[in-house]
Amino acid sequence: MSLSVTLSHAFEGFTLEASFEAPPGVTALFGRSGAGKTTVVNAVAGLVRPNAGRVAVDDWTLFDTDKRLWLAPHKRRIGYVFQEGRLFPHLSVRQNLLYGRWFAPGNDGARYDHVVDLLGLGTLLERRPGTLSGGEKQRVAIGRALLSDPKLLLMDEPLAALDEARKAEIMPYLERLRDETRTPILYVSHSVAEVARLATTVVALSEGRVVRAGPTAEVLSDPDAAPMLGVRDAGAVLWGRVRAHHPDGLTELQVSAGPLLLPQINAPVGSEVRIRIEARDVILALDRPQGLSALNILAAKVTALRPGHGPGMVVQLRVGQDLILARITRRSAEALGVAPGLSCYAIMKTVAVAPGNVGTGAP
Amino acid sequence: MLDWLTPEEWQAVALSLRVSLWATVLSLPLGVGVAYALARGEFVGKQLLNGIVHLPLILPPVVTGYLLLLTFGRRGPIGGFLEETFGLVFAFRWTGAALAAAVMAFPLMVRAIRLAIEAVDPKLEQAASTLGASKPWVFLTVTLPLILPGILAGSVLAFAKAMGEFGATITFVSNIPGQTQTLPTAIYAFLQVPGGESSAWRLVIIAVIVAMTALLISEWVSTRVARRIRGT
Repeated sequence: MSLSVTLSHAFEGFTLEASFEAPPGVTALFGRSGAGKTTVVNAVAGLVRPNAGRVAVDDWTLFDTDKRLWLAPHKRRIGYVFQEGRLFPHLSVRQNLLYGRWFAPGNDGARYDHVVDLLGLGTLLERRPGTLSGGEKQRVAIGRALLSDPKLLLMDEPLAALDEARKAEIMPYLERLRDETRTPILYVSHSVAEVARLATTVVALSEGRVVRAGPTAEVLSDPDAAPMLGVRDAGAVLWGRVRAHHPDGLTELQVSAGPLLLPQINAPVGSEVRIRIEARDVILALDRPQGLSALNILAAKVTALRPGHGPGMVVQLRVGQDLILARITRRSAEALGVAPGLSCYAIMKTVAVAPGNVGTGAP
Repeated sequence: MLDWLTPEEWQAVALSLRVSLWATVLSLPLGVGVAYALARGEFVGKQLLNGIVHLPLILPPVVTGYLLLLTFGRRGPIGGFLEETFGLVFAFRWTGAALAAAVMAFPLMVRAIRLAIEAVDPKLEQAASTLGASKPWVFLTVTLPLILPGILAGSVLAFAKAMGEFGATITFVSNIPGQTQTLPTAIYAFLQVPGGESSAWRLVIIAVIVAMTALLISEWVSTRVARRIRGT
């Protein structure tokens, strides 16, 4: 299943003109606040009625101004996870979860058990929303949306209201959701780290327009997209397979360019992981350095450059079959003679990869 | 208890309870509907509706009673129609006392319920609609349970007002013992005759007991409901 969206809507002092496709998996709608992300999601859900456009899941049209078609929200079969959870305070967790099922007949008990298990809700069922922590509330909200048997899931910054620890608690559930259900997920975020960890596809919005769209690895490794994502947060995504856990607390990954040593990862040997390599953590060297404390040294070839407004620049490198980004100063680039085609070495400190930048899942 | 009151006094108490109960119960659905329209609706004439609902609160009760007599009396446009079609008579009957009490208590009921509806987060109703609930279902499963304390408060307020209604009642349906003589009009009548003070006093005590009981019951129920709704 895939979602196709074309929208045009005029607000006071702001116009939204967006068009994109969301294939199966997680499509991240990325942009700064005020870029129009929530409006897009609300239009897909039917909570906002745009001036013109079309929204369809495969050949099921939800909204089409040319055909004068507009389905009311309750007929759209879209699960919506809001930033603030919006659990019904007068119902127990179980009743909240089952609320959507009332209106979606044909849902069976096995699915309920599966969702309760997937999101770890078993011990919360008899509690009331008022007694739950922020992270628990969000898990219940996700479960409630899933159990309404949606054709599409919308998530509007579901982690934004949570602290880092709660985010880390929910992230694995979202990864399982992405990998275990076939429902497309439209995920609104302004955090590159979340996008890098979860998204299959990235749609970047700026001032109501789509400025970049494509597979996550492609968009995040594009130096021209870096300023839009925020140069400080720029970083590419790599996939690897866990090769071994070493007794000194390091995990060895196999990526296309060779072995990579990272701090301990909680994933069994042989499983696939996705890691985000932040551009500012990558050092370039012309010769393979000797006597260096950094453990990861990969042979690389410069493929593109993009000077920034300040003293820095973003360099795109090919390592094996993957592309990564490095952020260096223009002065260093001149000293090393960095230019497309240059062969060099990319150096990464093992400890620079934060646990939050390591996730599960195949490409 | 029954010996403590004379049959005439007892009649007035029973009639008042009956009138107030019917007035409250029958106007409740309309009260919820009007409160919802005023809180959430966007339509032409909303201010007009608001004004009409509040009119009995600001008009002299005698004026309201007289207007009721003109429209719901046997020769009035609505009163005549209701008598011909349904055989329903208001003028100088206990039904008329109930109507007068309902009209007078209506603004208080609507205000309380409207405040409760305005306090419900529309985002919860949106969430319900994305889960497949149509508007009537959203109202029944989300809005209504959340405004229950407000409905209760509005009903108790309306009941208390109906128990005490005097001016509109006496103007519309007069003060006929056993027919339209309610607690307040009976107290008034007893005070007009020499030696009626003891009867009046007994009715005054009953009025206080009924009012306090209603208030305590509503407080008790609404704290319970509110705790349930807060979700703790």
